[in-house]
Amino acid sequence: MKNILASRWGIIVVGALIGILATLLQKLGNPANMGICVACFERDIAGAIGLHRAAVVQYMRPEIIGFVLGAFVAALLSREYRPRAGSAPIVRFILGVFAMIGALVFLGCPWRAVLRLAGGDLNAILGLAGLTFGIWIGTLFLRGGYDLGRTQSTYASVGLLLPLTMLGFLTLLFLHPQIPGEPKNDILFYSVKGPGAMHAALFISLGIGLIVGILAQRSRFCTMGAIRDLVLFRQTHLLGGFLALLVFAFLSNLVLGQFSAGFENQPVAHTLHVWNFAGMALAGLAFCLAGGCPGRQLFLSGEGDGDAAVFVLGMIVGAGISHNFGMASSPSGIGLHGVEAVFVGLAVCLFIGFTMRKKIA
Amino acid sequence: MSSVIDARGLSCPQPVILTLNRLKEMDKGKIDVLVDTDTSKENVSRAAMSKGWQVKDVQPDGQGYRVILEKT
Repeated sequence: MKNILASRWGIIVVGALIGILATLLQKLGNPANMGICVACFERDIAGAIGLHRAAVVQYMRPEIIGFVLGAFVAALLSREYRPRAGSAPIVRFILGVFAMIGALVFLGCPWRAVLRLAGGDLNAILGLAGLTFGIWIGTLFLRGGYDLGRTQSTYASVGLLLPLTMLGFLTLLFLHPQIPGEPKNDILFYSVKGPGAMHAALFISLGIGLIVGILAQRSRFCTMGAIRDLVLFRQTHLLGGFLALLVFAFLSNLVLGQFSAGFENQPVAHTLHVWNFAGMALAGLAFCLAGGCPGRQLFLSGEGDGDAAVFVLGMIVGAGISHNFGMASSPSGIGLHGVEAVFVGLAVCLFIGFTMRKKIA
Repeated sequence: MSSVIDARGLSCPQPVILTLNRLKEMDKGKIDVLVDTDTSKENVSRAAMSKGWQVKDVQPDGQGYRVILEKT
């Protein structure tokens, strides 16, 4: 059977739907210009399980759970579930850590960069420029033979581990739901103020997460890939979905009254242009070297890709490191150690890029 | 002229890079690309067609596919 969602128009429709659903989530309670942010929401999950104690960003985001489980169901139904692992997992973990650290200097992943722009936050232009720059560096490595090596087919259970982890997170969320005004219920942390306290109702977030997971698995939606394929191959297939997300999120924001253009006083954002650029350059390079944007890594994990799952875990742990060591930005500016974090991250990514090259015959 | 590319187990975008590199070396002929995911199958087919090659056939091959590209 032909996969309609993977066609030219299919991915454009998926991008448009994601744009509309994300902005709708903002209307229904998610933070402004953060209807869906893979990095922010994984950071909130890290907070919910206490990997960091930044009190304003702790919530077990059901969207992320839905992304993985939706992609898992879609892959099972389409017979695309293929358990595989073994392609440089430690490298993928480290790339995940630094992708998160870079994203938290900017305050958003590529998904949120587009949603921020669609909401009128012009600082996102610097982030998207940095993202493109980082991806461009990554394509230079790809041209030079950079390769993380082959995966191996493996036991079905290996590919199940991240979907099962997400199911475990969901169970915790049901067992220990938020108590209004309380920062904790048993083992789960909950923000009582700040972005972590802003969220749509559980079943709405989970439902939209599942829908996006299914659509994105079928269409291969990837924000980093959109820019990478344009730079590397002059191909615009994935870009269609990425731009549709931007355009439809923008239109939806206009309809919902959520558009406000400018640099100053934008929600969960700072105006330090250099660090908006540099943070996303680091994230873009890490995503490019790992072969997918943070959303795509979740969808691949749902398909049974154990290496993508390691990248996801790297991002969640990276959020803990980022907040515990003062590397994450806040609306008042970059963290105490944000500058060092970006430089160390870029150095590590360049080390990986330069040393993991196979001569292409 | 015929050739085989084994892109099984490679992350995105390696299967496309390998395919496009081989297409550059060959003006015409037949290339079999072995892939192990549907995404790679679609990406390789799309890239080949954008360079004027035809996807003659896609056959199940082990746990993946054999994508047969041709230009005459």
